[in-house]
Amino acid sequence: MTQDPLVSFEGVAKRFGTYTAVQKMDLDIRQGEFLALMGSSGCGKTTTLRMLAGLEAPSEGIIRLSGKPINDLPSWSRDTPMVWQSLALFPFLSVIENVEFALKMRGMGRAERRARAEQWLDRMQIAEFADRNISQLSGGQRQRVALARSLVVEPQILLLDEPLSALDAALKVRMQSVLKQLQRETGITFVYVTHSQSEAFSMADRVVIMSRGRIEQIGTPQEIYRTPRTRFVADFLGSSNIFPGTLQADAQGRAAIATDSGTFLLDGQHGAAGQAASLTVLDTRMQVHEQRPAPGVNAVEARMIGEEFTGATATLYFETPRGQEIRVQKSHEDLADLSVAMGRSFHLSWSPADSHLVHE
Amino acid sequence: MSTENPANRNPVVNGALKLYVVLAYLFVFAPILASFVFSFNADRFPSIPLGGFSTEWYRAVASDPLVWEGLRNTLLVGVVVSVISTVLGFGAAYTDYRYNFLGKQIYLALALLPPTIPVVIMGLAMLAFLSRVNLSGDALAVIIAHVVICSPFAMAVIRLRLSQMDPSLEPAAWNLGASEWAAMRHVVIPFCRPAILGALFVTMAVSFDEFAIAWFVSGLNETLPVKVLGFLQGQVSPRINAIGSFVFVTTMTLLILAQLLLGRPDATKKENAS
Repeated sequence: MTQDPLVSFEGVAKRFGTYTAVQKMDLDIRQGEFLALMGSSGCGKTTTLRMLAGLEAPSEGIIRLSGKPINDLPSWSRDTPMVWQSLALFPFLSVIENVEFALKMRGMGRAERRARAEQWLDRMQIAEFADRNISQLSGGQRQRVALARSLVVEPQILLLDEPLSALDAALKVRMQSVLKQLQRETGITFVYVTHSQSEAFSMADRVVIMSRGRIEQIGTPQEIYRTPRTRFVADFLGSSNIFPGTLQADAQGRAAIATDSGTFLLDGQHGAAGQAASLTVLDTRMQVHEQRPAPGVNAVEARMIGEEFTGATATLYFETPRGQEIRVQKSHEDLADLSVAMGRSFHLSWSPADSHLVHE
Repeated sequence: MSTENPANRNPVVNGALKLYVVLAYLFVFAPILASFVFSFNADRFPSIPLGGFSTEWYRAVASDPLVWEGLRNTLLVGVVVSVISTVLGFGAAYTDYRYNFLGKQIYLALALLPPTIPVVIMGLAMLAFLSRVNLSGDALAVIIAHVVICSPFAMAVIRLRLSQMDPSLEPAAWNLGASEWAAMRHVVIPFCRPAILGALFVTMAVSFDEFAIAWFVSGLNETLPVKVLGFLQGQVSPRINAIGSFVFVTTMTLLILAQLLLGRPDATKKENAS
């Protein structure tokens, strides 16, 4: 894993007038990985991708592809094909002509490029539509044409800009596995921009979370889910309850954090006492009790204010007397033992081992 | 198409609107239709009852060398004007589509201005200017004058088409290895093809029956509409009906062709195979 990165952003920033879309950013993209750039709209993820494709020029910094700076290379001289959010298929060309386009631009002979295009149509299982017009295809079929059109040049890297956003939920899941499999088989580096956590987490080897033009965290989906590094990441993932507070030591000298809802024990995580931080606890790691739990765990009393049935699990919503909302996710089996009712008070608890600390 | 419940429509208003449409069309087309009918009438003067079917006026027109000369001028001017105007119009529309620059609103206003200038003023101005540069009275003078009024039409038609283009389409071509010129040739122009053909027909139609400016600047190289005025001043002859019908049918054909092309932009799908 110590090989040179395929792409590196070195201190890259992008400003549009007075607006800063991407702040000084360092990012390495490894050979052959599936990397997701995730964040809400306006976080700079698409701008990052467009700089890599040569559609935007960085305001400062250097972008390297295979070690060579590509800042001054026009889009058409880079081998960085992209799958567009709108797909941007050429409506006046047939399916196979769309796929042949890049080869034609590279001056490949007619017979050879047709053969190459046919291979890719075959591989994407759309060979039967070769002579169709784009407007005659379904959303999923178009998606496959767009992939074939970009992959036909067999690039080192493929850029994807929220390509699945127009599909319905079931098709989205299907295409996710198609993409993942394609990436594994070809070994091509995929850089995938999305705002969807489920897309990023289900496909990517590493996820980059961005906010306001900055990278908040880079890591595997598991790392990010279990140990969000910043308050923003915990908020963005939405699967943790967050208690802002101040670090301190309790009477026995154990690490703890004082929050609006009480003082809670931490598990071996330290910071200077008096420092501001936030406690995060995954909503699946919280227990609901009717009686006050035994000491040794963290507990807070809260009133139930809502219940949301989501299929395999249910999400319960509680409110502490201080007005903080707490979410708890439970399976149906767990809920069977509990007489849940709106407005009733419960004790919510979690082990110090499930406490995680983030700094702002 | 519409599955609107008829109960949601007032039958009186509905009927009145239909009548209004019929009357409006009648008002516009009745004179043209009359001219058309009388062009086949054997009588010397247009009067009812009709004197019987005859193509004698068409034959009279066809045997007049002056008419042929006018037609030749008209066609020559029309073809040259439509090509130049469409090229200029495409350039102007693409500039508007692709670039943002200071004063773009002024650029657009100026580019679309010529058809709003009264033709008499335009004709006079053209005459004054072209005679100063010694072009007045030449077919070239009519071409220049017509390009000025036709280009904005071409621009408007092509601009509309460009506004329907996915803004990612051209960058997608660059991304796949097409230089700017290659993307223009293989993506932008094919996408705009229906509008480009439409613009050719529309500008040809505008040039074909434009009279006032041509009258000012054409000199001896009269176009057909100018020739018709000459006939009118000399004598009232049913030959005018014949020429009028011919010009009308030609213009309408061009406009209908343009409309068909623009109305079904995706109909041109596959003729582009490299």
